[in-house]
Amino acid sequence: MDEAVRFHFVVDGEDFTSAGQASVQVKKNLRRLGIPPEVIRKISIAMYEGEINMVIHADGGEAEVLVYEDRIVMILTDRGPGIADVEKAMQEGYSTAPDNVRSLGFGAGMGLPNMKRYTDDMKIESVVGEGTTITMTVLLA
Amino acid sequence: MKISTIQEILDAEVVCGEEFLDDEVHSACGSDMMSDVLAYVKDQAVLLTGLCNPQVIRTAEMMDMRCVVFVRSKCPTDEMIRLAKESDLVVLKTTKRMYEACGKLYLAGLGVSPTEAKAVN
Repeated sequence: MDEAVRFHFVVDGEDFTSAGQASVQVKKNLRRLGIPPEVIRKISIAMYEGEINMVIHADGGEAEVLVYEDRIVMILTDRGPGIADVEKAMQEGYSTAPDNVRSLGFGAGMGLPNMKRYTDDMKIESVVGEGTTITMTVLLA
Repeated sequence: MKISTIQEILDAEVVCGEEFLDDEVHSACGSDMMSDVLAYVKDQAVLLTGLCNPQVIRTAEMMDMRCVVFVRSKCPTDEMIRLAKESDLVVLKTTKRMYEACGKLYLAGLGVSPTEAKAVN
């Protein structure tokens, strides 16, 4: 296994307005590492949607970003309620977010589909009542 | 189109980013739903929205946009202006409604492909 550059973030679940801070930081860090802008954009959008999800559904969580020579891996972990039906959650337009989230511009059932759209691989491991781990990979080749 | 032209067309007030008004932009999108904006990456440089919270600025930042236009006189908070300044975003504010604001910019040629422009003219 090649050596990775590692970034770790705690996503605060208390405050919706601060959601996205980790994604902003990841964007800055990747820019500094000289990653191509179009790759950075895909990663920041996927990470941002993931962050928003953790704040909306799971009262926050943790994000780890690993930068390898040929790929970038994002691992988002929360101890939220878990996803009962992953297949359903992946459908565009399906959402369990409360109404007040929609008035904030999210909760349209686009988060997970967007995360899949912008990454080369996405794996969801979720246990109801325990939490969810989402692993996303973007290839650099 | 220059951002300053957008400002003129929409009769908009510059909230921040005055130093970038000469920047050129070629496309725009209008939405109050940030997830929809995030779903369709096509190098849109301008976001028109009636939604007013910090996530609007963050969405624009994630998409590498250059300018956010708040329609219907929505007024960004100090926190939002701070975030916008951090990411070198121009923030404009207009009294026009979303439909009219988008329509005016589209008619003026913002985001119109060359073939569409022929049809419009």
